[in-house]
Amino acid sequence: MKTRVLIIEPSEVIVEGLATLLAEQTRFKVLTPLSGLEGLDERLVTSKPDVIVLNPTLSPHPQQLFSGGTVPVPVVALVYQYVEPTVLKRYDGIVDIRDSRGTIGETLTRITQTFQPQDNSTASYELSKRETDVLVQVARGMTNKEIADALNVSVHTVISHRKNIMHKTGIKSVAGLTVYAILNNLIDESVLI
Amino acid sequence: MFEFLNDKNVKMGELITAHAELVMILQRMGITLGFGDRSVAEVCQRHGLDPDFFLLICNVYSFAQYEPSSELILNTDMSALVPYLRNSHHYYVNRQLPHIERHLHHIAEHLPDKVAMVLSRFFEVYRNEVLAHFGHEDNTVFRHIEALQNGQHDDTYCMADFVENHGNLEEKLGDLVQIIFKYLPESVTGDDTVDVVYDILQLSMDLNRHSLVEEKVMVPYVMHLERSVR
Repeated sequence: MKTRVLIIEPSEVIVEGLATLLAEQTRFKVLTPLSGLEGLDERLVTSKPDVIVLNPTLSPHPQQLFSGGTVPVPVVALVYQYVEPTVLKRYDGIVDIRDSRGTIGETLTRITQTFQPQDNSTASYELSKRETDVLVQVARGMTNKEIADALNVSVHTVISHRKNIMHKTGIKSVAGLTVYAILNNLIDESVLI
Repeated sequence: MFEFLNDKNVKMGELITAHAELVMILQRMGITLGFGDRSVAEVCQRHGLDPDFFLLICNVYSFAQYEPSSELILNTDMSALVPYLRNSHHYYVNRQLPHIERHLHHIAEHLPDKVAMVLSRFFEVYRNEVLAHFGHEDNTVFRHIEALQNGQHDDTYCMADFVENHGNLEEKLGDLVQIIFKYLPESVTGDDTVDVVYDILQLSMDLNRHSLVEEKVMVPYVMHLERSVR
């Protein structure tokens, strides 16, 4: 099945260029582009894009595009000018117009295939009860498999919780998460010794 | 299209002024300051360096998106590569890490015992990890390269193992910064706190570029050597 790409970009030159490059690659179907966010809600429902390529100057918070209850799809930043790195980080990926056509196609395919919608609670940085349970086990040095067995969930669920924990705390290493757990009094500092 | 650094006739002083981050690599290349108005080519010549090698490292260091071509790598004199990488390790281990550690000690004096203990323990574990990482490269990987460069066949190690196992040293530094942001009490003020975060971020960027040099220059170069020295 073709990947349906919705380009949202004010510059006609850029839209035409990108649409032409993508149309050459048979795995993409380029949908009628938008020049801004107006009318997007309706288009999400009618055109059912698999991925949105958006000029990041149009939205500093790409996740909010789906606040109307529409199904979230990955949003890729289309970059050709300076964009705040903090804004870019909120996008699911980046396509630079200086990238080669091959790279652009690969980026879109990879992001579309690996996309996992963020759960809605990520708006807050508080860990949920379940995430806290997983964090404690991670901090104690348990593997994903051991945690899955202990909490009676699938390994996949554990990995998904771990991704949310990393996203919310900004801490990626196990050692860092251990520190986080100790300083939040979730586990005793004796694990360090 | 983006312009990378490729002009050997530009003055060294101009190059470093325009790309201040490159001041970090001079020492590791064995280049001393006080190069006056000499060009990149002239300064390199005085220090016995291939200017193409110097610019190659500059490009990888300054531009994360730079991808050197394999022709460039095969046609560049790489005799200074291992000394450059060894010098970089020496700088991280003997200068940057102790420096950050001193800052952390200062800060720790103002922290609750538990936070201070946890932070310093985290850093200690990290430092040991860095030492082990560099120690392995110094003693195994670089010796392997030096043997190949001397035309000796060496199958005690191969670059494929390196690619497989090359760990990321920046991740924990990022975590350390996050922890300081979250847990440093507001009552702890002063230049030390800002300095430590700045130094950690700087080291993290430096280590990131260092691993790009290993991945984009050392790996393809040595893989070619491994094929040619049989």
